[in-house]
Amino acid sequence: MNYYPLSYIDLALTASLILINGAISIALRLNMGRTLLLASVRTICQLLLVGLILDWIFSVDRWYLVLAMLSIMTLIAAHTAAARNDRRFPGMWLNTIVSMWASSWLITAFALLVVLHGIGNWYQPQYAIPLMGMVLGNTLNGISVGLATLTGELSMRRENIEADLALGATRYEAALPMIRQSIRLGMMPIINSMMVVGLVSLPGMMTGQLLAGTPPVEAVKYQIMIMFLIASATALGTVAVVSLSFLRLFNRDHQFQFGLLTKKRP
Amino acid sequence: MHITGGERIAISGPTGSGKTLLLRALALLDPVARGRILWHDTPVGGGRVPEFRSRVIYLHQQPTLVDERVEVLLRQPFAWKIHAGKQFSKDRLHDWLKHLGRPASFLEKQTADLSGGEKQIVTLLRAIQLDPQLLLLDEPTSALDSDSAAALETLVADWLGEAPRERATLWVCHNAPQAQRVADRLLFMHRGQLATDEARA
Repeated sequence: MNYYPLSYIDLALTASLILINGAISIALRLNMGRTLLLASVRTICQLLLVGLILDWIFSVDRWYLVLAMLSIMTLIAAHTAAARNDRRFPGMWLNTIVSMWASSWLITAFALLVVLHGIGNWYQPQYAIPLMGMVLGNTLNGISVGLATLTGELSMRRENIEADLALGATRYEAALPMIRQSIRLGMMPIINSMMVVGLVSLPGMMTGQLLAGTPPVEAVKYQIMIMFLIASATALGTVAVVSLSFLRLFNRDHQFQFGLLTKKRP
Repeated sequence: MHITGGERIAISGPTGSGKTLLLRALALLDPVARGRILWHDTPVGGGRVPEFRSRVIYLHQQPTLVDERVEVLLRQPFAWKIHAGKQFSKDRLHDWLKHLGRPASFLEKQTADLSGGEKQIVTLLRAIQLDPQLLLLDEPTSALDSDSAAALETLVADWLGEAPRERATLWVCHNAPQAQRVADRLLFMHRGQLATDEARA
């Protein structure tokens, strides 16, 4: 197996393909020229920057640098998950960060310390960073869907909830249907992709390994591990964010603090 | 303000005077900014709130109901911890429905097909089947025609009559004649302040 490294000329060649998008935009007057340009520049700059940073971290190979990198990735993922929600309540950011951190670090730690214990140093950036990246990217979806569903359902169904509370339901009993729905929807995307993985598309990591010359069955074994890491981290993250948000929005006196829920200003 | 078993109280007052807020506060649905709510002379909080609310039930004025079969919705509270010792009774519901001029098949209806008045009926049945001590009724007949409203008033009166010393009602009324019919004690609310109606008291 050989691996062909791309030259900058190769990259320029492929980048020119954006002209197709540009031509369509002009022909149909989509007015997307500026956006296309910005998106292309961002793709190139962001990835090159990450490449340089990773190069540095890989060569220095210190545990604290890896942990710092993982922390920054976690914070960005948490920020993205919370920002997607169009409703707000005090404590939402903290809830999201805690849920993202606890779930993805627990599962990635399990992968690095237990499953891959033979890799030498647990913090080996070659393993730690891509694994964490994939776990975070998917947990982010679960957390943001769970959070959006919970806050959306709670603000729509205030009367149902309060009618149940007024009859003596505990806060948990009153909110259970919405809690269930949020967790179910949060876990749905990963379950769906587990159903069709390999049939509809080859996952990005596996594709990368194949391109790098890994034998297909070896690449598949990694992909299987990843799918289960992602599924469990998503489940934990979703349950965590939904439970913490529930505790913020319902107080100990079994009152639904509807007033805390606000809509994001557009 | 003090409420004891057997009392029938009515509150009236202009729209926006805080009648609903008062009832919600009494049901502990909102945090109370000032003042205290005592039950058997002790403040209620934390884990005792569900028990309190199982005795002091607040009924929303214009209830929205989860889309379900009426019977499913009526059975639901019996699945909660606080009502675990109680038995769901279809016979009792049939009696009450007959009283309200509705057929037994009313229980089979989907709540989405109910009128506003019928939803008020479901809400009332859902509450009284749990045998509370105090019912906080927020204009419970506002969406009912006068015959149905009268039937509902007598139903509540009969329900009170089953245990006259232990049960009490607090009605928010939108018209004076109804207040006269359903209460012995009249209160008037204006800009968030309660006042007794001396003439009647």
